[in-house]
Amino acid sequence: MAEFTLPKNSALIQGKTFKAPQGTVNIRRFEVYRWDPETAENPRIDTYELDMDTCGPMVLDAILKIKNEIDSTLTFRRSCREGVCGSCAMMVNGKNTLACTKAIDEYSDTIKIFPLPHMQVVKDLVPDMTHFYAQYASIKPWIDTQTPAPADSERLQSKEDREVLDGLYECVLCACCSTSCPSYWWNSERYLGPAVLLQAYRWLVDSRDENTGVRLDDLEDPFKLYRCHTIMNCTDTCPKGLNPAKAIAETKKLLVQRKLG
Amino acid sequence: MAKTYKRPLSPHLQVYRLPLTGIISISHRLTGVLLSVGLIAVVYILYSLQTGGSTYQDMQWVANFWVTKCFYWGFIYALFFHLTHGIRHLIWDIGKSFDKDTLSRYAIIELVISLLLTLSALFFI
Repeated sequence: MAEFTLPKNSALIQGKTFKAPQGTVNIRRFEVYRWDPETAENPRIDTYELDMDTCGPMVLDAILKIKNEIDSTLTFRRSCREGVCGSCAMMVNGKNTLACTKAIDEYSDTIKIFPLPHMQVVKDLVPDMTHFYAQYASIKPWIDTQTPAPADSERLQSKEDREVLDGLYECVLCACCSTSCPSYWWNSERYLGPAVLLQAYRWLVDSRDENTGVRLDDLEDPFKLYRCHTIMNCTDTCPKGLNPAKAIAETKKLLVQRKLG
Repeated sequence: MAKTYKRPLSPHLQVYRLPLTGIISISHRLTGVLLSVGLIAVVYILYSLQTGGSTYQDMQWVANFWVTKCFYWGFIYALFFHLTHGIRHLIWDIGKSFDKDTLSRYAIIELVISLLLTLSALFFI
């Protein structure tokens, strides 16, 4: 059953404010979700005033500035700083995105930063991704073949076969889409969620894969696939501009087509 | 390692800004429920028609309150909204109209059409 409110230990409390030094002209306020696993305190919102004249352009630059110059206890994941690793996925001003590819200028006024929604928080902006990765593993995200591999070459694809994977292979598994999906919030223990379903579709349509039937059998389930109600938050939020909702619809179509023969 | 406390759940519905498609999606479900509940009133009206006499007059008396009138205009709008978004779902089900930049535009078109259909009901009154 859907829980619309936060559990007792997750309700937000007022946090600290870190004022900008006197004389700072170009100030931007950042409100950041904080939770320390080593204290019994509830999560809090800390406010940081940053000098934009000495800050990089992206939201990730601001978070790094906070960690480097103001509060070294702030914890978050980041790696590539160019949108290919998917580590710095978080909710910025009510929408999931990669902090590294989102410009501060795209927002006016205060910027509010939360971890990905409806996830167990490990610390501050770091959610526990264990379940998400387990779901990804469950769709067998690798090529599965029955015929023996060609003796003297790789399994080749035509240009057209390869083009089918455009818009699918670019997914970096940041989980922005899955954690934006209300259906995934209420049913994540059984619903695979948009990111994993996009990947499932990626292997369904790969011309080299020879296990399409079994893959479809695995997906034909009222919860795994059919909890998608076309709410479209996934497509709306994807920081890579991909379309998980479309991939899910195409998967449903494949199942119908198979039934009709 | 130091003792750690039970992990909190990160905020979701409280802070997430649903896009228009998300708002329409939940409204579709809500109107579905309300329309089902509203059918009780429809059955009551049918019953009063069938029984006639004082039951019919009672129904008329209830139906002429402004609150009741608001209710049935709401019912008509909910019906047409539910219908237009239902058609949108059918279009989605054949794999069409998923383009990100058209999502909000089509959502607004749905709202306008359902409003126009509601207004067109005026001609039948």
